[in-house]
Amino acid sequence: MKKLSARRRHPLAALVVLLFALAATGGLYAALAPAGEAQADASETSIAVEEGKKLYLVGCATCHGSEGQGTSDGPSLVGVGAAAVDFQVATGRMPLQQPGPQAPEKPVVYTEDQIAQLAAYVASLGPGPAIPAEEEYDPQAGDPAVGGELFRLNCSQCHNFTGQGGALTDGKYAPDLTDVDPRFVYEAMLTGPQAMPAFPDTVLSPENKRDIIAWLDAVNTEKAPNPGGFQLGGYGPVSEGLFAWTFGIGALIAAAVWIGAHTAKAKKS
Amino acid sequence: MSTATDERTTARRGKAPAGERLADWADGRLGVYGAAKYGMRKVFPDHWSFLLGEIALFSFIIVLLTGVYLTLFFVPSMAQVEYHGSYVPMQGQLMSEAYASTLDISFDVRGGLLVRQIHHWGALIFVVAIFIHMMRVFFTGAFRKPREINWLFGFTLFILALFTGLTGYSLPDDLLSGTGIRFMEGAILATPVVGTWIQMLLFGGEFPGHDIIPRFFVIHVLLLPGLLLALVVAHLILIVFHKHTHYAGPGKTNTNVVGMPFFPVYMAKAGGFTFIVFGVITLIAGTVTINPVWTIGPYRPETVSTNAQPDWYLGFSEGLVRMMPGWEIVLFGDYTLNLGLLIPLGVFPAMLVVLMLYPFFESWVTKDTREHHIAQRPRNVPTRTAFGMAWLSAYFVALVAGGNDVWAINFNLSINAITWFCRIGFFVLPVLVFFLTRRICLGLQRRDRDKVLHGRETGIIKRLPHGEFIEVHEPLPPAERYKLTAHEQPRPLSLPPAVDENGVERKVGPLEKLRARLSRGYYGEQAQIPKATAEEYREITSGHGHH
Repeated sequence: MKKLSARRRHPLAALVVLLFALAATGGLYAALAPAGEAQADASETSIAVEEGKKLYLVGCATCHGSEGQGTSDGPSLVGVGAAAVDFQVATGRMPLQQPGPQAPEKPVVYTEDQIAQLAAYVASLGPGPAIPAEEEYDPQAGDPAVGGELFRLNCSQCHNFTGQGGALTDGKYAPDLTDVDPRFVYEAMLTGPQAMPAFPDTVLSPENKRDIIAWLDAVNTEKAPNPGGFQLGGYGPVSEGLFAWTFGIGALIAAAVWIGAHTAKAKKS
Repeated sequence: MSTATDERTTARRGKAPAGERLADWADGRLGVYGAAKYGMRKVFPDHWSFLLGEIALFSFIIVLLTGVYLTLFFVPSMAQVEYHGSYVPMQGQLMSEAYASTLDISFDVRGGLLVRQIHHWGALIFVVAIFIHMMRVFFTGAFRKPREINWLFGFTLFILALFTGLTGYSLPDDLLSGTGIRFMEGAILATPVVGTWIQMLLFGGEFPGHDIIPRFFVIHVLLLPGLLLALVVAHLILIVFHKHTHYAGPGKTNTNVVGMPFFPVYMAKAGGFTFIVFGVITLIAGTVTINPVWTIGPYRPETVSTNAQPDWYLGFSEGLVRMMPGWEIVLFGDYTLNLGLLIPLGVFPAMLVVLMLYPFFESWVTKDTREHHIAQRPRNVPTRTAFGMAWLSAYFVALVAGGNDVWAINFNLSINAITWFCRIGFFVLPVLVFFLTRRICLGLQRRDRDKVLHGRETGIIKRLPHGEFIEVHEPLPPAERYKLTAHEQPRPLSLPPAVDENGVERKVGPLEKLRARLSRGYYGEQAQIPKATAEEYREITSGHGHH
């Protein structure tokens, strides 16, 4: 003890302490870190990562930085995970066509393989949500009634009660969810793209996410039944009022004009 | 002696036919001959714009009839039940009985969804028709003496219709209705001093409580329809009493009504129109969804949706609130005045009251106490027309603001930009519209004058022997010329000379000065183009007309 306290002012003491500390944290990390991602570094994945990096450097690095660290034009991609890449690129939102309030959905630029490579590369930058498996977002497996309740609690404030979309501040918007691929709905909930908040599994369990997808499938797809007839966009009273003011009263005024123009002729005596 | 005559008649012709005997029987007890003689020969003038009120009347009848059917199945209760009806995506959800019974009406009652949609579409079209009818009366000056009281009746009907709509919208207890009730509760709470008391009284406790839907139900199916029906009858009695206005034309004067008798012509026309209105509304209700409560979901105070608007007729009040910045003042350190709601809720009735009182304002300005039975053409009263258009522009700006999120999402606009456009437009547009409308009216008056004096432009270009091109004008038929010159052009009020004949200064109150000023605005040189006179016409057509 005395020896130690005598040498604690040695010029190299700080270095030794630092080495010990690093060894301890490194050892602890190696022992406790989630093993999956680290060990799954099979050769196929690393090829995908390499290919993905090449694509990344051409198509994404201008805004997101050469190492995915982000710049003033685009956010950091470290830790966003493969799910975020799949959502943004496979719906055409990325690469961004032009700066604006929000990236709109548009035709997809990359092939499926390329998107998978990009996703693999971005996933390699830091751990994040992976692309969900198909059974996780199968609408048939969810409960639409529970999903509807969750949707009204968490989603309808922006997306409207059946997911027809809604306006946000300064030109941003919550997009229309009609016929959106359940995979993208799931990934959007998982990663919170653009103006949307993220709903990680700790907030909204995978089963609940599937319920929400089941609800959307029941009320907001091409094949969803419309017992009342034409939907008028599903926007509620504004489009209904507009319809009453145009087609409704228009048809009745046309009838009134017709009746007013036809009158009984007085008998010629 | 009369007995003898009767016997002789009977002997000659035998027994009177059954119909006649029935009519005789009824006449002896109800006096139907007199009523029928008066009613059946009642004359109504022919014009499509006089049928707008009928659209309102007939759609009101439809709404009453379908409403009766709906009350047979609707349960006005806020007790929570678990849904086990036939709409699968709601299975097992907790909801109020009101909402569950609305789902049942939609899916399990025969014809229920159709009747619900007829009821709702009919209600929307009812209020649209009232609104358009009111505008027709306003712009043609049909509210002038002796019809001011009937204008007030009509206005009250409009207000009652708004509140009947509001209460009906709230009944199904779906997410939209609940949001509407919540909005209303906020508005009540924003009222200074009495707000919290009224809120507790109306809701019977904290929001949402268990009382509001049963209470709204009684108001919606009993109180307001009763008042509406009574006022509709009073409105119609006054129409019969005043007789209908008609537009100027040969033979149509201020002291007669030219048109067709109620029986058989108008009975057929109005009866047929009833069926057309029924048909159109049913067609719409059968093909177009309105208020799909099954996808909107049950109301729970912690849930809300975007695109939450009232039905169109209260959209402008929603818009006034959406336009208003969220200002508030804290008085005495602990009393908050919520101006963000208080000001719009003051502007909302003020906009309506302006419309209500306009007839009295106009008769005050013009000092006109004569009876008027000839409807005016809007162009011939530019100031009133301009005022009406300015009011409408403010109304529609507020209506647009009420749907700002729907406009934003559909036209890819920024909701903030729309709100700012509406904030500025609410003040600026009415002024612009006022001057623009006056200009257009004056232009149309000039055109009428030209048409009377020079005839209609035929579009035929003629080349004269010396090479000049002229357009051939065709003189109007005399009836047309009469129509275009039949209107009065009153002179504005003028103040008496400032000094009387003895050189004593005359006292004129500031109100009187204001009235003279306004009167110049209505009838001054800037407000009407002198109409063509017979002398001018004769001079132009006396042979040396240039074309």
